[in-house]
Amino acid sequence: MLPPSLEKTPTPARWVSFRPDRKVGLNVGKVEFGQGIATALTQIAAEELDVMPEQIAITFGDTERAPDEGLTVGSMSIEISGASVRLVCADVRRRFLDVAAERLSCRREDLAVDEGVIRRGRQSTGVDYWTLADVVDLDAPVAEDAPRKDPTAYRVVGKSAPRIDLPGKLAGGGFITDLRPEGLLHARVLRQPSPQARLQRLDEAAIRSAAHGEVEILREGDFVAALAPSESAAERAVAAAESVAVWDDPRRLTPEQQEAAWLRGQPAEDNVVGEPQTGPSGNRLHRATYSKPYLSHASMGPSVGLAQYVDGRLTVWSHTQGPYPLRDRIARAAGLPPEQVTLRHAQGSGCYGHNGADDAAFDAALIALRRPGPPIRVQWRREDEFGFEPVGSAMVVELAAELDEAGRPTSWTGEIWSGPHGNRSRLLAETALPGAKDAPQARPPSNRMFSGAVRNAPPSYDIPRWGVIDHLIRETPIYCSSVRTLGALQNVFAAESFVDELAALASEDPLAYRLSLTSDPRARAVLEAAAEVAGWSRRGGRALGIGYARYKNSGAYVAVIAEVEAAETVRLKHIWCASDIGLVINPDGAKNQIEGGILMAASWCLKEQVRLDERGIASRTFGDYPMLRFSEVPPVEVRLIETPDAPSVGIGEASSGPAAGAIGNAVASALGVRVRDLPFTRERLAAAILAA
Amino acid sequence: MPTSIAFSVNGRPVEVTAEPEDTLLDVLRNQLGLTGARFGCGAGQCGACAVLVDGELKAACHMEIAAVAGAKVTTVEALSASNPPHPLIQAFLEKQAGQCGFCLNGILVSASLLLERNRHPSRAEIARALDWHLCRCGAHNRILDAIELAATRMKEPA
Ligand code: FES
Ligand code: FES
Repeated sequence: MLPPSLEKTPTPARWVSFRPDRKVGLNVGKVEFGQGIATALTQIAAEELDVMPEQIAITFGDTERAPDEGLTVGSMSIEISGASVRLVCADVRRRFLDVAAERLSCRREDLAVDEGVIRRGRQSTGVDYWTLADVVDLDAPVAEDAPRKDPTAYRVVGKSAPRIDLPGKLAGGGFITDLRPEGLLHARVLRQPSPQARLQRLDEAAIRSAAHGEVEILREGDFVAALAPSESAAERAVAAAESVAVWDDPRRLTPEQQEAAWLRGQPAEDNVVGEPQTGPSGNRLHRATYSKPYLSHASMGPSVGLAQYVDGRLTVWSHTQGPYPLRDRIARAAGLPPEQVTLRHAQGSGCYGHNGADDAAFDAALIALRRPGPPIRVQWRREDEFGFEPVGSAMVVELAAELDEAGRPTSWTGEIWSGPHGNRSRLLAETALPGAKDAPQARPPSNRMFSGAVRNAPPSYDIPRWGVIDHLIRETPIYCSSVRTLGALQNVFAAESFVDELAALASEDPLAYRLSLTSDPRARAVLEAAAEVAGWSRRGGRALGIGYARYKNSGAYVAVIAEVEAAETVRLKHIWCASDIGLVINPDGAKNQIEGGILMAASWCLKEQVRLDERGIASRTFGDYPMLRFSEVPPVEVRLIETPDAPSVGIGEASSGPAAGAIGNAVASALGVRVRDLPFTRERLAAAILAA
Repeated sequence: MPTSIAFSVNGRPVEVTAEPEDTLLDVLRNQLGLTGARFGCGAGQCGACAVLVDGELKAACHMEIAAVAGAKVTTVEALSASNPPHPLIQAFLEKQAGQCGFCLNGILVSASLLLERNRHPSRAEIARALDWHLCRCGAHNRILDAIELAATRMKEPA
């Protein structure tokens, strides 16, 4: 079977080209957002083509050139794009060697490639990829059986490689926000407070006078943008617009709606996976309920979109996760055929899921279509990003286990209440355009087939019977979509807390109890390795907690141990991690991602919650949405366990759930009482202690 | 009223025409082509736009251009585009200190100021000096490692 990206684009010429500057052009449809995929894919291509990584020039996510690889989500880039690049490059190398062998009247096996030069034994043959490029056919579809290199012969893959994009970023460039095409106009958009809000009055004269400088106000229905050659003027204009705009907004939110518990009372679509235990049970039962709040991506750079409409062609620059899907969405919304829209990916700050990127691109496209000619640059403000980006859904998870004599689960049942994850049903500005109120309301997709909420809901242990009941609440008070790990953060936090509770009921050590529930040698290896580096058996009075999961029940194995101090607040002292991610492409890059996933989870656990007021999201600044700071960050040690024969799996999301479990268990160990709701704020800890 | 304002950036005298209340960040990025200082919040709360103004750490997003008239402004480009680059740059690359990299430029400016004032900072002192800065990717430990490395190197006689 071909990897899915190659099913769609089997022509090698779409992936690989040999450029006049003696570089190899590598085109991919996945995109870089700080996770290091450009570097890892460069390594894979260099390995299979036998060129140096420096000889590869990678470009990604340009709909004029790159293959369509859909969305860059779910830690699947290395699994899918990596497998495609590997096969394509292996096939390309073979095609060149076949042509060279024929010219030189020898066998393909007699030839080798070194830095792109074809050699016979030690001798150069005088031909290379670039001299043969005109005669080698790269149009015939890729062959599934192209001879890929044996991993034991790898020279580039498996070695740490520095990130190729970092030097340029330190030198001040590298991001979409740094693009300054000739003649650009800066734009800011006045956000519609809710999809139902209607603009009653807008004092344009007041806006103009506050702008102090040339400004153009574009208003269509409830969509308002300020355009100016000066960025500060555009900023002043939109700030003024915000204070003078009079909206009629029927939407009223309540403070209860910001809490996960609110979800339990809502109408839901139910979906059952596995065999949940529902009727009464004759066995000993343990049951507990856990929750997490709505979470923001809180990308460091608020979203940016650029667009230019010239001669009936629309070009959009975006830090989207899905260049092709976004191009198609924009084309549809703009009433243009997709061929007249080009989407060029440009890097944004880390996105960790579906943030405001697509919506800012759509803003820019809308403005450009109404103002043909100059490039339009829409910069969201921090308040726009926190206030209007999709958020990660709050979740409630209730777990129940039937226990045998020895205190081991014979059945495991999870019940989940969650809003949608992975929900790209709207572009923000659509509801502000004229006619929007008559258009059918976009509804999140029905997730009967697969709901992100159930990610990692099946236990990562050997349990004879398990089942999950997923209650999908489609109407959430605020728009929800994917945040790093989707439901896995909450499911693993709940499961690992629960397993510790079961271990305590059985009066067993949490590590030993977990090992007794796991026969998979790779799972046992990460648990034991984490315990060894953390000094689990010699922990004495230290408050340690352990968390483990296999991501998506089929990907990376990750065990995390956290040490905390907890009294009025939680202080993280140290975190250790062991992980098995199959064949490792870039060990240092992998560790970097694992560390990042752990610290993001730490920040979620200790600090984060999207807060609501009557009008919508109230936490719109870093002051209202605190995150972990440098002096609060513990040392993190990561050990990779090598399993080069196992396929590479994604790492970007695998460590967060186990980290949350470990921190939760460490907090319980420090306090002597368990806190089952995130985040572990001062108030939560105090309430838990009081209730105990 | 657009006004002409003279100051220096990275040792080079410049004169710009701007509204007095335009931000320094806007002028650096849009008029002077210095995109190293980045926009993260516009409210002095994240450190992405950090620069030095007469040797003091400032949020360029929060500073009116009129206030820098006659001042010496230093941006991250003074560290990365100088020859040789500041030891911090090499150390950040060696430690692969960063993921998306968006926060790094502001952090580099803070770190350079710290190392100027304190040649032997402890890890806790470095962390405290960076507490204004947010990094969403969780690259904190590598960033601390890199600054420690640069500090050791700067101690050694050249
Ligand atoms: S952008 Fe200036 S401090 Fe955040
Ligand atoms: S490296 Fe991405 S925010 Fe720090």
